[in-house]
Amino acid sequence: MKAVISAVGKDHPGILAFITRETAEHNANILDITQNLTQGLFTMIMVVEFPEDDQSFNKFAEDFERDGREKALEIRVMHEDIFNAMHRI
Amino acid sequence: MITQENILETIRMIHEECLDIRTITMEISLLDCADTDIDRSCEKIYKKITSRAGKLVETAQAISRQYGIPIINERVAVTPIALLQSVSGGDCVKYAKTLDRAAKDIGINFVGGYTALVQKGMTRGDLELIESIPEALACTDLVCSSVNIGSTRAGINMDAVRKMGEIVKKTAELTRDHECFGASKLVVFCNAVEDNPFMAGAYCGVSEPDCAINVGVSGPGVVRVAVRNAGKDKTMDEIAEVIKKMAFKITRVGQLVGTEAAKRLNVPFGIVDLSLAPTPAVGDSVAHILEEIGLEQCGGPGTTACLAMLNDAVKKGGVMASSAVGGLSGAFIPVSEDAGMIDAAKAGTLCIEKLEAMTAVCSVGLDMIVVPGDTSAATLSALIADEAAIGMINSKTTACRLIPALGKKVGDMVEFGGLLGRAPVMPVKSVSAEDMIRRGGRIPSPINSLKN
Repeated sequence: MKAVISAVGKDHPGILAFITRETAEHNANILDITQNLTQGLFTMIMVVEFPEDDQSFNKFAEDFERDGREKALEIRVMHEDIFNAMHRI
Repeated sequence: MITQENILETIRMIHEECLDIRTITMEISLLDCADTDIDRSCEKIYKKITSRAGKLVETAQAISRQYGIPIINERVAVTPIALLQSVSGGDCVKYAKTLDRAAKDIGINFVGGYTALVQKGMTRGDLELIESIPEALACTDLVCSSVNIGSTRAGINMDAVRKMGEIVKKTAELTRDHECFGASKLVVFCNAVEDNPFMAGAYCGVSEPDCAINVGVSGPGVVRVAVRNAGKDKTMDEIAEVIKKMAFKITRVGQLVGTEAAKRLNVPFGIVDLSLAPTPAVGDSVAHILEEIGLEQCGGPGTTACLAMLNDAVKKGGVMASSAVGGLSGAFIPVSEDAGMIDAAKAGTLCIEKLEAMTAVCSVGLDMIVVPGDTSAATLSALIADEAAIGMINSKTTACRLIPALGKKVGDMVEFGGLLGRAPVMPVKSVSAEDMIRRGGRIPSPINSLKN
């Protein structure tokens, strides 16, 4: 399944390293990544291909969001279908 | 390809503008549980609900996690219990206790269907159920009850209307120590729908399948922000377009979640209810949308027109987004559950008579309205009859969920807590309708031509 990972937070070194390490550990293949910096605020959106079943995806998402909070990053991991449903006819 | 802008818009709608799935409701037919022995009937009901909906909460939570969309309530709606009571006889409250126990064991937060459909007449089972409602709602926590007393086809059963005034009052009396909370779980309908996912009025109609998933969406906050962003210079038709587009997006989420839940639970997908359901949370109010359109406060002149446009635009946007639309479908105006309505009622801008007019152009009726505790049963019946008349003549669903706050007077606040919110006691005109209500009988069904 494809998932969208978004991260927002105050910019500091190592954010992308942290995110890519987490995704690599779960065998998530990065398909697309965009990031920008506005007035010191880091915003990143990444699309990944996630190989496993729902349960491991949900655990990955929960752990990732929690770990993000510890690094003062607001991370959200969502199945891409919700975006397809809302923004495509 | 989904753009970065689309992704950020969705995240903002969910996390800043209170977009959520208000309810996933599993409707379960209990017709095959009917038994001449009430205890056997209850046993079959418990087994059927817990086996069909045993994984409902767990599944909803997994879907919520996967798509990153909050799912607020998981509920079950069952066949009108009056039908089973007609077969079994006996102490009808046993059914309520069974539903309550099943609901608690599977972790849902409401079960609906302690219901009788008496628009044309009452069977013994209907009458026994109606008379047991006060006790049933007082001795259970999660059971919701509804009674349909009128329809466009059958007219209004005024004997049932008279009875329901008394039942609402008695229900409030038996839960007097808990802010008369029982009455908030009791709805009196005209033209009740069989696939409504929203409480307290959800039940599984007799023409429904054995089991299905119905979904109710919510997004007043999203619509409000969209109207605000559109700016003050847009014309009303341009605002209607903005609302339609938002309603489309909101409903698509409901469709996605509903079909996914149905697939995982291996039951058919029923309908999406195209609803704008407010919560007492800041930024999740239907009244605030009307104010954003340009009213100083909800309840003033212009309110009915704005609400009519809003309601229609929500339906137009939603219809294209879902393969199966049903339920109540429209903007809800429950006073205690909507921060803007609460403020307007406290300020005296919003009165029951204006709410009555508003129900003629939106879903559903005089909903979660607290009236003084000394309001007579006949006056409650008369309010129910007025509301039913609007539904009957306009071929739409209307309802009353009135809470007589015993021991409280106009202006006092009643706190229900949670999604049910809080509300001021609203004034009701004190002139009597006693003689009219005492007449009973039926208001004949209306003519369907000569439409003025």
